[in-house]
Amino acid sequence: MNIDLFFQYIVAGITYGTIYAIVAIGFNIIYNSTGIINFAQGEFVMLGGMTAVTFHTFLPLPVAITAAVFVTTIVGALIEVLFIRWLYKPSVLRMIIITIGISILIRETALHIWGEGVRALPYFSGTSVSALNIGGVFVSPQVLWVVSIGAIVVAFLNVFFNYTMLGRQMRACSANRDAARLCGINAKNVVTFSFMLSAAIGALGGSIVSPITYVQYDSGTPLAIKGFTVAILGGLGNSTAAVAAGMILGVLESFTIAVLPAAYKDVIAIVILLGILFIRPSGIFGSTEAARLKEF
Amino acid sequence: MRTSYTQVFGFTALIVAIQILTMVTNSSYHLTQLTMTAYYSLLIIGLCMLIGYAGQISLGHAGFFCIGGYVTAFFTTHDLSSHKANPVIALLAKAGILIVRPDLYGGDLLTVHPWAACVVAMLTALGVAWFVGGPVLKLKGHYLAMATLGFGTIVYRIVLGTTFLGAADGISDVPPFRVLPGIEISGNASVRVINYYFAWGLVTAGVLLLLNLIHSRAGRALAAIHGAEDAADAMGIPTARYKLNTFVLSAVFAALAGVLLTHYNGGIGPSEASVMKSVRYVAIVAIGGMANLWGSLFMSLILNYLSLRGYFGTYDDAVFGCILILIMLFAPEGLIRRSILRDLRRLVSGGGVEETGS
Amino acid sequence: MKIVKIITYAVLFIALMGQPAFAKDAVKIGAILAVTGPASFLGAPEARTLEMLVENMNAKGGISGHKIELIIKDSGSSPEKAVSFAKQLIEEEKVFAILGPSTSGETMAIKNIAEEGKTILLSMAAAEVIVNPVAPHVFKVAPRDSFAVDLIFEQMKMMNISRIGVLSSNTGFGKAGKEQIEKLAPGHGIQIVVSEVYDKAATDLTAEVTKLKAANVQAVLNWSIEPAQAIVLKNVRQIGLTVPVFQSHGFANIQYAKAAGTAAEGVIFPASRIIVADALPAKHPQKSVIQAYKKAYESRYKEEVSTFGGHAYDALMILAKAIGEKGLTRDNVRTAIENMKGFIGTAGIFNFSPTDHNGLDSGAFEMLTVRKGKFAPLKK
Repeated sequence: MNIDLFFQYIVAGITYGTIYAIVAIGFNIIYNSTGIINFAQGEFVMLGGMTAVTFHTFLPLPVAITAAVFVTTIVGALIEVLFIRWLYKPSVLRMIIITIGISILIRETALHIWGEGVRALPYFSGTSVSALNIGGVFVSPQVLWVVSIGAIVVAFLNVFFNYTMLGRQMRACSANRDAARLCGINAKNVVTFSFMLSAAIGALGGSIVSPITYVQYDSGTPLAIKGFTVAILGGLGNSTAAVAAGMILGVLESFTIAVLPAAYKDVIAIVILLGILFIRPSGIFGSTEAARLKEF
Repeated sequence: MRTSYTQVFGFTALIVAIQILTMVTNSSYHLTQLTMTAYYSLLIIGLCMLIGYAGQISLGHAGFFCIGGYVTAFFTTHDLSSHKANPVIALLAKAGILIVRPDLYGGDLLTVHPWAACVVAMLTALGVAWFVGGPVLKLKGHYLAMATLGFGTIVYRIVLGTTFLGAADGISDVPPFRVLPGIEISGNASVRVINYYFAWGLVTAGVLLLLNLIHSRAGRALAAIHGAEDAADAMGIPTARYKLNTFVLSAVFAALAGVLLTHYNGGIGPSEASVMKSVRYVAIVAIGGMANLWGSLFMSLILNYLSLRGYFGTYDDAVFGCILILIMLFAPEGLIRRSILRDLRRLVSGGGVEETGS
Repeated sequence: MKIVKIITYAVLFIALMGQPAFAKDAVKIGAILAVTGPASFLGAPEARTLEMLVENMNAKGGISGHKIELIIKDSGSSPEKAVSFAKQLIEEEKVFAILGPSTSGETMAIKNIAEEGKTILLSMAAAEVIVNPVAPHVFKVAPRDSFAVDLIFEQMKMMNISRIGVLSSNTGFGKAGKEQIEKLAPGHGIQIVVSEVYDKAATDLTAEVTKLKAANVQAVLNWSIEPAQAIVLKNVRQIGLTVPVFQSHGFANIQYAKAAGTAAEGVIFPASRIIVADALPAKHPQKSVIQAYKKAYESRYKEEVSTFGGHAYDALMILAKAIGEKGLTRDNVRTAIENMKGFIGTAGIFNFSPTDHNGLDSGAFEMLTVRKGKFAPLKK
């Protein structure tokens, strides 16, 4: 394998890695505040992409994306208020099943609103064939958009959770909910807010990625599975690790094409997931004690 | 135990009543979907045992269904005529394990006898469950869910990607399965009634087996594990062994369902291993009320039957998702239970619905 | 005199309108389609086409006075649902014929059921095994993959291409296409240097096309029916691979060309003429049939026609013609279809025979390309 090929695979891997990382970050935010794994996370990404395309038919691109993020955030809030708030000390099993049900519902609603076709936003800069030749490796400008917006999101979250009041409140809730409530933090609102934030990030991810991958009513579920793999790989609750884990998974998947038939690409993600779960469930970067403390 | 027997008797009466009803109204064709539903229900009661009583979630049980179905489909359709000269093959043919049967277009096929294929399928499922179950069941909660999901996905990818298993088209032309003289599992309209009773008889036998298990020492151990695993461990209950055995038992139920349904339908496809199918099975167990064997059975009967008849049209999955959410929010113990009147009263008077145990 | 004539005609007209129509039995036609699920690109246009056609036909009195009762079942491309619905339609609804299913896997699952139930099955799926070996009641209206592959290879020879890279999806369509490609390539002197199978839900194929680029292929041949077709095009052009790209007849839906944008320019693929209806010469036998269907479908559903919807049109119209000729006796209608010659459909001109239950030949396909974002015939 020559050096150009090697780097081309890496670029492909990084594109995917960023998408997975965005979904994983969404998982982590909700997990940190509530201990819930939101199986409907992938649907937020799908909704973001679909609504952005619909808005783009009569709004300029940046406005369309903002509107899509806004709408999906509202959906996230609604989900929390309508379905999650009700529950009184739910068991893990029940939570998993409810979020699965929510994911099914969102997917079928999307099917009946938008039909079965694929949609995509236009490329933010350039066209579907433009590619920057960086040292022999061809990179679509959209990939640079995805990676840079991803980096901005991670930086923003870092600032948010460490320096803003709301962010600190969320961290307090995730560390010890009862103690946080004793301090006067409204835990219920924090939960709602974490859903909204997760939804917003997922929607943004869906919009910026849609020119490359297209969105369809059922694109959410496979993303959720991969995103969850990445979240566990990095250690549940650790968003910075999720980014690294996303890159690792993306690149590994990309390189398997060199050895295995392409149809088995998805198996790699599963094998990695199972490997991690059996050997080191707290993830590559997590430690078992820290996992229990659930710090961001 | 006595109440259990009356329940089983009542259920059997219901099954017979349904068949007589279809006979009287000249609508025996309903029995087809009801028989298919029976086989799915076989999987579901096994799963209910695992999720509800042992407290271990499995989002990959469609994988075991497929292992059973594909193994039997492959062995009963793969033509070994070209290997007739091979001494091992000749020996097996003499022993009756391989049979010659005519194919639809005039030729002759040398394939494995359905009974032998069935045994191999069940043993394979048992082996896989035992092998996979060990490490997987050490996990808990979300991790267990994802591990089982991963297992189901691997099975799906294997059957979808392998050419000799039919890849995307699956395996068709699976012959009928002659279980006993006079009872042949096939989709043929002439043997509809027998197939119906055989399928539901098998389900009833399964229910009896599981009820016995629940009311035995093993069942109490499982309840203890479900309630508080560490405490059960402290009491000296070999939790890992019980969990593994339940897992294997539910896998065997699923594989048997797969084998029989494949013969009934005359084929199987990779869609039977998809994530959505596994989720659907778990959802039905949940809708029935997790630790509620009869609830799961009835819900399976209703929902699978309606789905197979296309009652909900393109809204099939949507209806399913809705029911799932509503039950999980308002009736986590399922709709068919003794405390339903009490819970309804409480709901109306403003209190929430409590979840007893988990 | 003129006034007398007009009044006479008017009176006759009113008299005839006032007559009660002689109500005949309705004819039940079943359809098993993958309206939702992974093959919805096939089933949804097919379902819409059938609904539209049945409505229009019923408004005009149905087939020879028999109103059509259309029963569409959504199988979600699950063979087990297809089996259940097939039995339901045959035994319970006692339909006259079944249109569909949309995919090969489902068709093979119900082929025997339809044959045993002596119900005519007009499948819209592509696999050769549907009609080979021939089952008397089972027909196929989609053209053979082997014709498409032959045409592609002939075009490649004309362009002096002999080393190609093949990409196919892991669906039934992709698998069948790959089989034909591998079978027919040696005969045309084409060498398959690299062959990769990707997942139908793949969203990026850069790694796969990079492999093709590294192998120095002279052309890329992609065989799939999902959005992956458009993704392949983009990835190929993005990594700077400038060789010609060939697609299967699954590309015959303008939304894929639109999705790929500039990357779709110059793509070469075989397709039925339905998608270049406007470019057909006025005297072409298929032109009026195709344009009528296209106009009706596009004005009603506000989306462009695709070959898949066209299959549904062909299936229903072939059945309707046979019923129109022979009435509602199953055996007669079956024989009528089996012996139908020169039926002008959207996919081509059908000539059935007892040994050929598909009826299409390579003339069903035309080589097309994409020029300025639109489909156009490929100039030889």
